[in-house]
Amino acid sequence: MTQDSPAGGTNGKYVGRPIARIDGPAKTSGQARFAAEYSYPDLAYAALVYSTIARGRILSMETAAAKAVDGVVAVLTHENAPPMKPAGKLSPFDVSSIAISTSVNYLATDEVHWNGQPIAVVVAETHEAAQYAASLVTATYQHWHAKVDFASEVPNAIPDKGIPFMTGKADKGDAMAALATSPFTVDLEFSTPQYNHNALEPHATTAVWDGDKLTVHEGTQSLTGVQGQLAKRFGIPKDNVRVLSPFVGGGFGGKARPWAGTLLAVLAARATGRPVRLTLTREGVYHTVGGRTASTQRVALGAGTDGQLASIVHTSVSRTGYVGGMPERITEVSHETYAAPNIYLQQSSMKLDLVSNTFMRAPGEAIGSFGLESAIDELAWDMGMDPIQLRMANEPDRGPVSGKVFAHRHLREAYAVGAERFGWDQRELRAGAMRDGRWLVGMGVATAHHTAMQLTSSVTVRLNADGTVVVRCAMQEMGMGAPTVQTQIVADELGVPLEAVRVEYGDTDLPWGAPAFGSVQTASVTAAVLAACTKLKQSVLTLARKQPASPFKGRKLPELDTRDAGLFFGTRGQSYVEILNAAGRNHVEVAYKPNMPAFLARTVRDVGWRPKAATGAQFCEVRVDADTGEVRVSRWLGVFDVGTVINARTAESQLRGGIIMGIGMALTERTLIDHRSGRIINPSLSEYHIPVHADVPHIDVQYLNKPEPNSPLGLLGLGEIGITGVPAAIANAVRHATGKRVLDLPITLDKVL
Amino acid sequence: MKPFTYLKPHDIEAAIPAGTPPGTKYLGGGTNLVDLMREGIEQPDHLVDITGLHLDGIEELPDGSLRIGAAVRNSTLAAHPKVRKGYRVLSEALLSGASGQLRNMATVGGNLLQRTRCPYFYSDAAACNKRQPGSGCDALDGFNRSCAVLGVSDSCIAAHPSDMCVALSALDAVVHVQGPGGTREIPLTELHRLPGDTPNIENTLEAGELVTAVVLPPPLSARSTYRKVRDRASYAFALASVAAALEIEDDKVTRIRLALGGVGTKPWRAYEAERLLLGGPADEQAYRRAAEAELAAATVRAGNAFKVTLAEATIVAVLRDLSKAGAGS
Ligand SMILES: Cc1cc2nc3c(=O)[nH]c(=O)nc-3n(C[C@H](O)[C@H](O)[C@H](O)COP(=O)(O)OP(=O)(O)OC[C@H]3O[C@@H](n4cnc5c(N)ncnc54)[C@H](O)[C@@H]3O)c2cc1C
Repeated sequence: MTQDSPAGGTNGKYVGRPIARIDGPAKTSGQARFAAEYSYPDLAYAALVYSTIARGRILSMETAAAKAVDGVVAVLTHENAPPMKPAGKLSPFDVSSIAISTSVNYLATDEVHWNGQPIAVVVAETHEAAQYAASLVTATYQHWHAKVDFASEVPNAIPDKGIPFMTGKADKGDAMAALATSPFTVDLEFSTPQYNHNALEPHATTAVWDGDKLTVHEGTQSLTGVQGQLAKRFGIPKDNVRVLSPFVGGGFGGKARPWAGTLLAVLAARATGRPVRLTLTREGVYHTVGGRTASTQRVALGAGTDGQLASIVHTSVSRTGYVGGMPERITEVSHETYAAPNIYLQQSSMKLDLVSNTFMRAPGEAIGSFGLESAIDELAWDMGMDPIQLRMANEPDRGPVSGKVFAHRHLREAYAVGAERFGWDQRELRAGAMRDGRWLVGMGVATAHHTAMQLTSSVTVRLNADGTVVVRCAMQEMGMGAPTVQTQIVADELGVPLEAVRVEYGDTDLPWGAPAFGSVQTASVTAAVLAACTKLKQSVLTLARKQPASPFKGRKLPELDTRDAGLFFGTRGQSYVEILNAAGRNHVEVAYKPNMPAFLARTVRDVGWRPKAATGAQFCEVRVDADTGEVRVSRWLGVFDVGTVINARTAESQLRGGIIMGIGMALTERTLIDHRSGRIINPSLSEYHIPVHADVPHIDVQYLNKPEPNSPLGLLGLGEIGITGVPAAIANAVRHATGKRVLDLPITLDKVL
Repeated sequence: MKPFTYLKPHDIEAAIPAGTPPGTKYLGGGTNLVDLMREGIEQPDHLVDITGLHLDGIEELPDGSLRIGAAVRNSTLAAHPKVRKGYRVLSEALLSGASGQLRNMATVGGNLLQRTRCPYFYSDAAACNKRQPGSGCDALDGFNRSCAVLGVSDSCIAAHPSDMCVALSALDAVVHVQGPGGTREIPLTELHRLPGDTPNIENTLEAGELVTAVVLPPPLSARSTYRKVRDRASYAFALASVAAALEIEDDKVTRIRLALGGVGTKPWRAYEAERLLLGGPADEQAYRRAAEAELAAATVRAGNAFKVTLAEATIVAVLRDLSKAGAGS
């Protein structure tokens, strides 16, 4: 049924229109309540105490001073905390196991696994008392040797075995031999630091027990992940856990799993018998929530004199923690970007005594595209070729590794549109040749790429006799506009006004929804919503046909139009209100529930023969101060092929946000982990430099708006693609401005000076 | 945050005895002190708020100098017509600092006495002689990209973070203080101390001494400017900054003031460079020689060696711009 109207997306009354976010007024007027804004009678406040060593055993803890603070209810340590059940292991048979953030059984062990691990929780009558008392808890330790320094462990990294569904490895032809015989080659080593998410809303949890029933207010990207993990850790049935998350103040992957703060808020509530709120400080977020792995990459390319690539070698090193995390698919981007007869891709990783790494916007591809897209640019310099021309000379029509034909790929058009709009022909061919006063000016491009995935969802749609529609799905809203676009889709599918539709979300009591990560949510929920709407219309039609004077006698649904809040056959029709009233019904409700085993089987098959991806062309102009090396981005254009655009306003803000995050990745951001202690020493927005407004130029976002033939409504996920290619585009523009190739992010002025 | 008492007196006579006992701190806008209290780095028992003391006036004195009350907000000072006209370097320095919201709160006295941004000073799990005398200095072999290269010692390389102080140093500002022993005047260049073996002692104020005002000598005829080089376009501390005033006659430097930020353990008046420049040719070669001479005293670490080149390049760029812009007018 998803195929019956792929183009319907662009022709709908609401779909394709830049509708303002329906939750905008609630947010701008302060009525939207976030996880730390729910009050309960007798609410207590919790604060965490963090270890100050990376690895070892706690010998003793001093809690008397903390207990003596006015208003302290409890100080929980491994000596007195009630136990949690173990985290378990990642398993393909247990979907909620993907929500395991670390394997540490907090407060049930005296072992310390990273510098900043929570070792105690203080519960008090006020947030301030809890924070102060937490600062008075001290520990003595037996120190063990700790491996915390990524750079010095790179030589010891071990090749990754393939992760199911997650490509990374490839060995096609003989890439090394082809490299050795290519007339033009580049062979570059890149490195990137750890990055952290820095969502505006720090992680917060309000936890309330009622017997063995648990209610949790939590900003999360995965309601069911939190629900499943909490059920497992606290030994209660899943249905006893209700997670509420109507608003999330940004996630970027950092809220895809429940971290220590969530577990410990629930533990503290159980131990004290009171509702507990735990709001992490910014520093607390850095210490307890993983970030994007540091990395190194080698990219070697060999090309003939015509610019055809003969060889692609792309290898990478990332890190996980001894306590968890997953290696990043850094070389995945080289599976899909350029055609070459010989391709060698290999990923390695190491374990460190740091908190687990985790998903951060476009894991793998954000880093991998920096290496690959910088290397292709450098090859263009070596060959004296235009970098867009070199890319187009190697644009594949089928997966370069898989050999499968792309069902949908419009990168050529993205570059053509972009080059025209950006004025690429104004670019001087020589490096350092464009100048504007004290600024050296450079232009750069890079390809954006994000593999599209789709999960599934359950959803109910209810049509009331007053003509209103209620859609219920436990999906997540982090500000992307998820309920807004579903409102648009349902209004079009049922032919009702936007105002008639209400989408309920952010609550595990609702039907199961896909998580908001991997750019899967919108496609996954849309597929279910479309199916449910068809089912609903069928039910309404069946009702209508039972009436003696029905205009639909003998008619089937595909013959009818849905418009003007009713069903029509030609000009003859009936409104939903009339149909329901005539049938004496106050509502009709349908549920769509996917058949999970069938869905999984289909997904496994599709991954093999129907590679899907969003792509794009990133164009930028940078200015580099000729004296000081300061780099500022002065213009940006991203032209994206993200399939059908349901809502240009919310889509653009996703893409623009990704580009801004990419500017930070390229120029200013880096998590500083002390190479001796393993401590993050810049855990604040003052010292971890995300871009400020003055760093961000006008960002022009364009789409091709071509429906993807195999996706619901033709849409491709677009939450992550925006960041991909951005660091390379900037590095390439800096190369053009200065003649310097920076291989190590971020591109701070000392590397350009 | 450790609990504390809070007092907001309305005259200086009451403020000083209240502010003198150990464990007491004066509170200006609180943008630095309250942050440090939240982090547990400062743990005063008593705060004496100085914003009720009527120290928020800016007045021109009969001799043409400008008296700036210690409680004047940074944004007010930056926007003051007399400052914009006669002390452009100061206005620019203030506006390059922090953010609009912070400048609206921050006071002149607080800005003078704000503490370093060395990451190890802020990290309770690290060794820092400034925070905990005798504990060592993790910055020496750690992340020292932001640290100082001038005026450093084996026990501390923390950079002084203020932009305003760099401009005040170039302007020969004088700090007026009042304490239990009466009033006195301290040249800005003598307010801050080098770290030596006691980096925890950062200035020459005595217990209970309150900054009441900063006095700027009459405006220079020379053109002045402030240039700040940093990791992002706004809302970041200086990696290197230059406050300069330059006057040229007949291609000779007839007046020069030069001070550096981001590279010193205190606001760094570049006396050596000034000495070399004064009376010499006003050309790029001379600027570079003077810059190199000033930075010759630098002691660098692995992460901040670039600051020498950066500071030199910035000095040259600033002097070049000032001379191009028609110095002496
Ligand atoms: C995120 C951030 C970014 C910043 N960026 C910059 C920057 O780029 N450049 C820059 O220069 N600064 C920057 N700052 C620092 C800012 O300038 C200082 O915090 C501010 O100037 C301090 O002024 P205050 O009045 O708030 O001082 P407070 O925090 O109130 O006090 C600071 C110190 O001064 C003492 N004190 C205050 N008034 C007096 C007085 N009259 N007499 C004696 N002692 C007194 C206090 O006891 C305390 O020790 C930044 C601050 C923050 C938080």
